[in-house]
Amino acid sequence: MPIKFKVNGRPVALDVPDDTPLLWAVRDELDMKGTKFGCGIGLCGACTVHVDGVAQRSCITPIASIAGSDITTIEGLAENNDHPLQQAWVATQTPQCGYCQSGQIMQAASLLAYNASPSDGDIESAMNGNLCRCMAYPRIKKAIKMAANQLAVNAAQGEVKRV
Amino acid sequence: MSKLMNRIASSGKTGGGVSRRGFIIGATSAGATLAFVPSALLASKPAAAIEAKLFEPTVWYAIDLDGQIYVNITKAEMGQHVGTALARIVADELEADWSQVNLKHVDTDPRFGDFVTGGSWSVSTSFDLLSRAGAAGRVALIEAGAKMLGVPEGNCRAKASKVICGSRSVSYAEIVNSGMLERSFTPEDLAKLPLKKPEERSLIGQDTQALDIPAKTSGTAVYGIDASYEGMVYAKPIMPPTRYGSSVKAVDDSGAKGVKGYVQTLVLDDPTNTVPGWALVIADSFHAAQRAQRLIKVDWQAGPTAGVSESDILVRGEELIDSGAGAIVVDDEHVEHAFAAASDELQASYTTSTVLHFQLEPVNAVALQKDGRWELHTGNQWQSLIMPTYAQALDVPVEQIVMRTHMLGGGYGRRLNGDYGVPALLAAKALGKPVKLVLDREDDTQMASPRSPSVQRLKMAFDDAKRVVAMEHVASAGWPTAAMASPLLATALNGEKYDPFSINGADHWYAVGAHRVRAVMNDLANETFRPGWLRSVAPGWTNWASESFMDEAANRIGEDPLAFRLRLLTGEGINAGSAPNAVGGAKRMAGVLERVAEKAGWGSALPEGKGMGIASTFGQERGMPTWTACVAQVAVDKDSGAIKLEKLTVVIDAGTIVHPDGALAQTESAALWGASMALHEGTQFANGQIKDLNLSSYRPLRMSDVPELDIEFIDSQHAAVGLGEPGTTVVGPAIGNAVFAASGARVRHLPITPEAVKSALA
Repeated sequence: MPIKFKVNGRPVALDVPDDTPLLWAVRDELDMKGTKFGCGIGLCGACTVHVDGVAQRSCITPIASIAGSDITTIEGLAENNDHPLQQAWVATQTPQCGYCQSGQIMQAASLLAYNASPSDGDIESAMNGNLCRCMAYPRIKKAIKMAANQLAVNAAQGEVKRV
Repeated sequence: MSKLMNRIASSGKTGGGVSRRGFIIGATSAGATLAFVPSALLASKPAAAIEAKLFEPTVWYAIDLDGQIYVNITKAEMGQHVGTALARIVADELEADWSQVNLKHVDTDPRFGDFVTGGSWSVSTSFDLLSRAGAAGRVALIEAGAKMLGVPEGNCRAKASKVICGSRSVSYAEIVNSGMLERSFTPEDLAKLPLKKPEERSLIGQDTQALDIPAKTSGTAVYGIDASYEGMVYAKPIMPPTRYGSSVKAVDDSGAKGVKGYVQTLVLDDPTNTVPGWALVIADSFHAAQRAQRLIKVDWQAGPTAGVSESDILVRGEELIDSGAGAIVVDDEHVEHAFAAASDELQASYTTSTVLHFQLEPVNAVALQKDGRWELHTGNQWQSLIMPTYAQALDVPVEQIVMRTHMLGGGYGRRLNGDYGVPALLAAKALGKPVKLVLDREDDTQMASPRSPSVQRLKMAFDDAKRVVAMEHVASAGWPTAAMASPLLATALNGEKYDPFSINGADHWYAVGAHRVRAVMNDLANETFRPGWLRSVAPGWTNWASESFMDEAANRIGEDPLAFRLRLLTGEGINAGSAPNAVGGAKRMAGVLERVAEKAGWGSALPEGKGMGIASTFGQERGMPTWTACVAQVAVDKDSGAIKLEKLTVVIDAGTIVHPDGALAQTESAALWGASMALHEGTQFANGQIKDLNLSSYRPLRMSDVPELDIEFIDSQHAAVGLGEPGTTVVGPAIGNAVFAASGARVRHLPITPEAVKSALA
């Protein structure tokens, strides 16, 4: 039986073993390579995607467990790759080798969805599971704050428009 | 050492070697190309030579009919934004409109000369040549533009991809389209090209956004692991019990036959001995290979190092040091006499643990044969080193192999060693189809080229006025250059071969009287694993020892550690420095020390349990010194031994800074690597293998561990040197010295553990 779910809003059905990690389904079956393989045990965060809006490590997520779910990958975070986090990542020149950054951005997006103005401590708690081997941590933190501010501005403008 | 750097990085083809060749620039129907040609070809028509592809594009760029400029980059992009820095050097002299500059990361081609990205060399070794390449283009474009406008070229200048003559101008695109661009430059012309004065530069030293970054925020950057090829199968290794000397006795894959997608288990026959004892699970997906592997039993004859432990390696290092073996790299007269006559002598030993690169993208490669040529799609830092090994593995001439270039999901030196290409190629050859080899994290660690554990012994002699009169530094470790690039071993003063990358840093710039440095290869390390060049290589351990020792020496004679160092940085004799890279010598080291002390508030009172430590290094090598100083501030809990790293202040004099924000990012990264290796990382060998295979027990620094960082570059117009690694070299000893200042605990092993602090206090 094919396993059905949505990726970035698009319905997909995959006929793969139930224990296939979502990571490999996304990368090799669906050919979306933005999500990365790092440690394979859920401890580096390079493979982070959203499952029904919540950050999850796709390398340890069996495909069967997400049947019927909405998956968002880095490719689907924003239509033109212009999510405030992506813009902040460029503005702060955060990526070095860049390999972990899809996962960092997806983790940060999940944080901001639930906490619009995170403190330093909130950011560290949310991001500590995402290893950046280039150690671009100071810039990641700066970018998250920048994006949070931008989202607040956007929200305020939205309020004004609605009025 | 600079000779070695030139031998590797230049080989007469790349780097500074312009002597036997000239440039041509000519417009063809496709646009204009600037390229190198052998002198003999300078007489031919440039455009015709370009059309016939007679050029030798070691370093070159092209301007298309729309005026877009494409700069060829042979350096690996692994986070240092190297293409941006190199293109800025070209574009500044070319007077290019930066918005029209593009990077082209090229595949291996003998016409490009050597491919190597390491040693923090890229900017330093490319600067002059790229400047001249840009200037040659500017001169040719001004000449052609002046002709088009019918004005004397003396009335014209170039700016923002235009030739401007009074009130009129013509764009580079228009000049290229005119077909009037045709110019040769002899080597003599090149040497005489008018280069800009530093104050005339418009791009170098100015900030810009790195061109590789946007793709790294959208998931569209393509790394080696993202490569695929039609009809390929996946391969995943089953790792043997030792790095060398193991052989497969039997394979039982009966349990895996039922795994959907499992194809076979392939035992490699490797004529290069790069991956002895390897078996590869072949499957139609990576996950199928992983599932099958759990059900496959391989029986090996283990290699001779199957019982080797970390302590065996360290003990062997001690034995070799005691035996007097090794290469004498610095050998002043009268060292023995100075020690014999000394009023006081200080001795200390320092050790460091095995450290992993742990680049986040596990090594991988896609290998295939196409149109009679072999292709390897992967990220790599030293293609020229490994390609002859690939040729041997495949039994084909090296000209029949091309490495297709991809982004690197972390390098840090791991991918200077291209060993992972060998099993991919062997499998593709054996199976007759394209193969994608992917190592999982544990495989990657087992195949690691880690930083070797090291043992070092230092001693210093003082006269009765407490002046330093002699110093000896002996360092023993596994040598990467002996393992992988033995023709590049240097010859020491006593005739012994040695790995300069494994002793750099000990040949310091302090005036210590009679100085001796001995480098000892730890043979057991080299037999047990393949030692790697890990970010900064030797200066990561030699400076841990030497700069901790400087602190101990200052303490021995009751002097402030900063004042002690400054007194030894006389800048006289061999430490006076010389052109091109080391002008100013030890006085520039004193400069960064004074500045970092000032910034950090050195000498100010701190609460009980807190302390500052200072250290200074010259980065990678004497021939290309990056003057680096650090003050670390820590808090130590004497009861638990726990260390909290509060702040790192770093000051670097790297001469001309090409891309300031890129330089800052590299230094942030390098400094935090230094902190990570000082306080968080480190593994050990057990039963011939690395013990910590994954993040469950190997724990690099995370966001919550990041201290406050204050980094400054000295404003300088001296020659540009390297920045990828130097920040790593200085942080470990600064932290160790700060721990001493805060608690009185002298720690002599990396990583520094709470247990070590407690036992030093006991």
